[in-house]
Amino acid sequence: MRDRIDLERDVRRFLADNFPLGKDATALSGTDSLLEAGVIDSTGVLELVGFLEDHYSISISDEELLPENLDSVDTIVQFLQRKL
Amino acid sequence: MDIPFLLRLDPKRAAEEISAGLRAAVEGLGRRGGVLGLSGGIDSAVVAALCGRGLGGARVLALLMPEEDSEPESLELGRAAAEACGIEWLVEDIAPILRAAGCYERRDRAIRGVVPEYGPGWRAKIVLPPLLGSDRLRLWELVVQPPGGEPERVRLKAASYLEIVAATNLKQRTRKLLEYTHADRLGYAVIGTPNRLEYDQGFFVKGGDGAADVKPIAHLYKSQVYQLAEELGVPEAIRTRPPTTDTYSLPQGQDEFYFSVGYETLDLCLYARDHGLPAGDVASPAGLSVEDVERVFRDIDRKRVATAYLHAPPVLLDSTGSASSA
Repeated sequence: MRDRIDLERDVRRFLADNFPLGKDATALSGTDSLLEAGVIDSTGVLELVGFLEDHYSISISDEELLPENLDSVDTIVQFLQRKL
Repeated sequence: MDIPFLLRLDPKRAAEEISAGLRAAVEGLGRRGGVLGLSGGIDSAVVAALCGRGLGGARVLALLMPEEDSEPESLELGRAAAEACGIEWLVEDIAPILRAAGCYERRDRAIRGVVPEYGPGWRAKIVLPPLLGSDRLRLWELVVQPPGGEPERVRLKAASYLEIVAATNLKQRTRKLLEYTHADRLGYAVIGTPNRLEYDQGFFVKGGDGAADVKPIAHLYKSQVYQLAEELGVPEAIRTRPPTTDTYSLPQGQDEFYFSVGYETLDLCLYARDHGLPAGDVASPAGLSVEDVERVFRDIDRKRVATAYLHAPPVLLDSTGSASSA
């Protein structure tokens, strides 16, 4: 299992590099909904899923495309810990 | 709360008020008539009729602008709409401009990045999975159909999706370019045709169908546009045609590409959202569960946030580098 701190750093860096509202990583709590907070939109979800699949060499199925897996920094990290 | 009742118009009065307001708006802009694009759909047919009433048929020019992926019936329906309301019309085939700008080539190259065997004779469209009944995150998918074969769905990567949309948006921008060309020639204003759902939810191309001098039905829910269509004598073939984007080579409903539900349902939900009504008030008239209405509410809110950029006027900077909107 990958280290949680490393995974969170990678996810936050991806958000900061690609989405203006993700730049202020300190303002984004681990539990904030990325969609509700306006950090990412539907295209952003596409980018996020593409990043996770490419960066970690994983495949995310349609059944896994759920808010409880992908809608906050914490859920993404937990999802990755289960997948990796 | 009887929302369907609240969405009912007095169509005669609305037609009179909007056509008078349209005339005043065009005169206020110092223009002597109006140009609009006529797609063969309900919205532009209604706006054409309102223009005919408000400005006079001789002061309105409708452009019918087919391209390679347009349904052949769209041209016929556009012509029928123009003739029904007695306005001038002409056909501008935009396919040569689109070919020269690389619209089809750029789009096909992006599609081949996802489906390498895609080629001549294949058809394609972009769709979103259904919203109702699930909280699943919805990712854009490409549907391709080989000649004589069955359609296949493939999840899109962000870069491919954006390439396809950017290429396809050349269609709406080319149409607007021609509308302004004729508006310049005639001293007319460009009349836009978005209804409230499209305008509010950002279902338009910036610098394309989003650009216009007057948008006379942007305050009307789609079901109200249909009510007005009957009053204005819009041909029945247009009034009974399902809303389509008429943009991709495979038939594409507006509710599979952009809107999450059919227009009747979205009208009810958007009305409720605009008036602070709870999901429970909409569930019964919409025939949805409360959970599904809440999903539509969330989708409405997210689209408003995601498309704010499309509505934003240019940002001007002053000498200190501070921003202010035009």
